[in-house]
Amino acid sequence: MPSFDLRSAPLRELNRALHALRPDTNETHWTVTGPDGRHAIAAGLDAPISVEIEGNVGYYCAGMNKLATVLVNGNAGVGVAENMISGLVHVRGDASQSAGATAHGGMLIIDGNAGARCGISMKGVDIVVKGSIGHMSAFMAQAGTLTVLGDAGEALGDSLYEAKLYVRGSVKSLGADCVEKPMRDEHLRELADKLAAAGLAGEVSPSEFRRYGSARTLYHFHVDNAGAY
Amino acid sequence: MTDHRQPPRTKPRLSATFTPDVMSEIRRAAATGIYDIRGAGAKRALPHFDDLLFLGASISRYPLEGYRERCGTEVVLGSRFASKPIHLKTPVTIAGMSFGSLSANAKEALGRGATIAGTSTTTGDGGMTPEERGHSKTLVYQYLPSRYGMNPDDLRKADAIEVVIGQGAKPGGGGMLLGQKITERVAGMRCLPPGVDQRSACRHPDWTGPDDLAIKIEELREITDWEKPIYVKVGASRPYYDTALAAKSGADVVVLDGMQGGTAATQDVFIEHVGIPTLAAIRPAVQALQDLGLHRKVQLVVSGGIRSGADVAKVLALGADAVAIGTAALIALGDNDPRWQAEYEALGTTAGAYDDWHEGRDPAGITTQDPELAKRLDPELAGRRLANYLAVMTLEAQTIARACGKSHLHNLEPEDLVALTIEAAAMAQVPLAGTGWIPGKTGM
Repeated sequence: MPSFDLRSAPLRELNRALHALRPDTNETHWTVTGPDGRHAIAAGLDAPISVEIEGNVGYYCAGMNKLATVLVNGNAGVGVAENMISGLVHVRGDASQSAGATAHGGMLIIDGNAGARCGISMKGVDIVVKGSIGHMSAFMAQAGTLTVLGDAGEALGDSLYEAKLYVRGSVKSLGADCVEKPMRDEHLRELADKLAAAGLAGEVSPSEFRRYGSARTLYHFHVDNAGAY
Repeated sequence: MTDHRQPPRTKPRLSATFTPDVMSEIRRAAATGIYDIRGAGAKRALPHFDDLLFLGASISRYPLEGYRERCGTEVVLGSRFASKPIHLKTPVTIAGMSFGSLSANAKEALGRGATIAGTSTTTGDGGMTPEERGHSKTLVYQYLPSRYGMNPDDLRKADAIEVVIGQGAKPGGGGMLLGQKITERVAGMRCLPPGVDQRSACRHPDWTGPDDLAIKIEELREITDWEKPIYVKVGASRPYYDTALAAKSGADVVVLDGMQGGTAATQDVFIEHVGIPTLAAIRPAVQALQDLGLHRKVQLVVSGGIRSGADVAKVLALGADAVAIGTAALIALGDNDPRWQAEYEALGTTAGAYDDWHEGRDPAGITTQDPELAKRLDPELAGRRLANYLAVMTLEAQTIARACGKSHLHNLEPEDLVALTIEAAAMAQVPLAGTGWIPGKTGM
């Protein structure tokens, strides 16, 4: 089980070593200590390994992740798991702005709160935030699910495309073209799956959530909608 | 006595303010209630490279022999931090244009032509297609605000990464690919349903400002193990500060796109009224690099209305390291060719003026996703035409450089140039022809 102390060796060495791992590596579990808010820790991983980081990370931790599991035992800076393709990123603390931005797949779990623009432009990722999320979250979100156990800030889902938003608490306001939609059985099942994947099976009931999605009135530009933009 | 003959009348007088073009646009706006969207760059007359002349050699300096003495054209981009900088045979590169706005055949043709010429081509919004990667020896991968089709595998397959902040046709603007061009393949690459208008954001979703950009560049370098050159592309608006901030943020290369640079689809009012001409942008950008001690260490690529080897030579003489062409490359492929005149007329336009690229009905099969129209463009033949054109541009630039006594295109310098107009003299910071006067710099 390799371990790496970022206080005694540069980030470049860590990322180089992680990038060099082949899919059949037997070095499957890594521990990183002393992150001290460094940026781009474990960014660009492409192997089915797990990396456990003991402390707070800076911007873009696990950016563009593929296949790997990255666990942050602390808080995460801007853009954690941005553009993730697959795998799992789990932040035990809070996450800053743009968590899971543009991510195409995989799962991002945030045990605490997430800042503004959580899930901005998301393209297929499943995000579960156990706390609350900030304003402009899921802006232009295209695909995937954003599940929030707490509250959502202003302008949730502004200019939303096909992503599905599930919020248990209050929503301060909805953004342009984002509307509340009925929770049908398929949504309850989908939400139950996401909650179970985030380790919340039996802890919270899907029936406590409300669903938000796109009204699809801005899908084709029309001058009559100019005031909505 | 009354003169019963018809009195002389004032000749009918058209307004210089309300020209026929202006009036037709007012009528169109009144009828539709929506602004005009089109492709291409600024069409109005602007101070441009035609307003500059080379002096050539004479007694005070001597020329190189046209068909004997070597004049180098090669350029290295990305030598500042990247472990694998790009080596090109010509400083004329192909600018970013997306699959989606262009057909797959057109993208393939750009790759083929660029590869024959020994230069690079560039992806656009919407990601990298296998055809494009396969046919481009050197491919620059654009990293755009929308992140459509963005994935780390393609990032690692690229030869360089271009972080797009803006483009000359619309500094500060995003984009919109209209639904009629969104086929299943285009939609699939962009993770959206077919037929839906696709907005491209004007700001990146996960960073704001130069301090964040530096961290974003660091992330891209970490993901690609510091191998790939990282370009930063900006639309020309405040070129001194934008170039300085891009360099400060850690860019290897700054791409500076003037307002004549094309777009796939933007509001006409944006294209014609936001940003500054290419000619006016170069010297402030070069000055920024010189002030930082980074001129020639951070390379400067200039685009926007470059059409000939003369334009290339002038851009390099003003201090850039390379140029990029977009609209000119499309014309070389066959865009706006008079052979399709009857079809242009059926679309209410004429060869040379067709700019409704966003509508996807391009008779030349270039700015379309219609399979029947796209078939009209043979990617091999079109690629050959582009390669020929790139060869001509390079030869023309060499011809001028030799006449100025330069053994490499990069040895051209502002001292080789004069301006025909006061505006061009001020913008290019070279003397008005026949004088020693550089407006704002020297006395008469």
